[in-house]
Amino acid sequence: MLAKRIIPCLDIKNGRTVKGINFENITDVGDPVEMGRLYAEQGADELVYLDITATHEKRKTLPALVRRIAKNLNIPFTVGGGVSQVEDAEVLLENGADKLSINSAAIRHPEIITKLAQRYGSQFVVVAIDAYCKNENWEVYINGGRKPTGRELFSWAKEAEERGAGEILFTSMNHDGTKNGYAVSALKKMAEERGIPVIASGGAGKKEHFKTLFETTKTEAALAASIFHYGEIPVPGLKHYLANEGIMVRV
Amino acid sequence: MKIVIIKYNAGNIRSVTFALERLGEEAIITDDARLIRQADRVIFPGVGEASSAMRYLREKGLDEVLRNLDQPVLGICLGLQLMCKYSQESNTHCLGIFPATVGRFNHDLKIPHVGWNQLYNLKGPLFNGLDEGSFVYFVHSYYAELNNHTVAQSDYGHPFSAAIQYNNFIATQFHPERSGKTGEIILKNFLSL
Repeated sequence: MLAKRIIPCLDIKNGRTVKGINFENITDVGDPVEMGRLYAEQGADELVYLDITATHEKRKTLPALVRRIAKNLNIPFTVGGGVSQVEDAEVLLENGADKLSINSAAIRHPEIITKLAQRYGSQFVVVAIDAYCKNENWEVYINGGRKPTGRELFSWAKEAEERGAGEILFTSMNHDGTKNGYAVSALKKMAEERGIPVIASGGAGKKEHFKTLFETTKTEAALAASIFHYGEIPVPGLKHYLANEGIMVRV
Repeated sequence: MKIVIIKYNAGNIRSVTFALERLGEEAIITDDARLIRQADRVIFPGVGEASSAMRYLREKGLDEVLRNLDQPVLGICLGLQLMCKYSQESNTHCLGIFPATVGRFNHDLKIPHVGWNQLYNLKGPLFNGLDEGSFVYFVHSYYAELNNHTVAQSDYGHPFSAAIQYNNFIATQFHPERSGKTGEIILKNFLSL
């Protein structure tokens, strides 16, 4: 049976891992390659590396880092934050990235989803969506959650799938950093509506939050960062807990 | 050991090279028929679309080269599908090494089939040292049906071939290079055939 995936997310700035709390207040927590290897050994199913370096330097530094990660990691990993055009994607894939996550670029130029899917296959293309809920309306934000777009979450997710996305990574900005649990009702709706896998992000604070997510939604994977980075919920303990609760995980 | 990875117009083959490096083996990536024939092990990877991959192989004459190899050959993902006789993906006539056909998942489950799934009915040397129910990483929308040469099956809505072996030809639908320690055991087993 297909297992539910547990995905630590590592934010990268200038080649180091950081974690943004509510997309701000960044704290350095370590070397991305070493952390990735550690997570793989602990039983993480996949990793997401998100480069939040603001300067253009990353055009040079990110491919080299991706290559180092690919050389050292024996599980799949997704790279985000470095793709604004098809050529960027090509460089990252050639250096060993398994999947690319595109966020702001996909909103600005939706045809990039189609181009990447046609060229490399849908399985390479993860469309990441940050959204904020106000008065029961989910609005999509770009630029690391700073800029509202006027796009509605569920219709954008539908368009992303139709354009060839292979997975959707949905971060609830209302829940991100709160540790009060995932955006379960929005995720339930999205995972039921979509024909491609959905990865939940934002709000994990306790093991029970993962259980609730997987029991009440069809979400295929759960992403989290700080609870893993600071050792609050180690991956092996989380997976054994979920297995004991009857949720299919790889242990 | 001389290991060759067949170069053709299909996605990410870098990760296979890196996985072999982690096992202490160097591989060369080439579409040179002479080098492929001389290799001790041939790996036929691939993520991509079946008809354009077959067209490329035919243009380079690699279809004939592949069919006539007698050293151990490992197909991965699209590699497995191209080693079958026919794929529904763009109605493609493939290499015909395995007498199986490839269809698209056609059920209510999400497509592509992405993630870690379990292997059952393990047969043959590729799975030495592995238990029934071992998890490996899959990413695919098309699958090969079960057949007489299936040496591992997995289940996504229904059973399908997770690995096929016929004489010196072996192929996996999953990605051993991305399947953690289990994948490393499978690659080591292939290298020690």
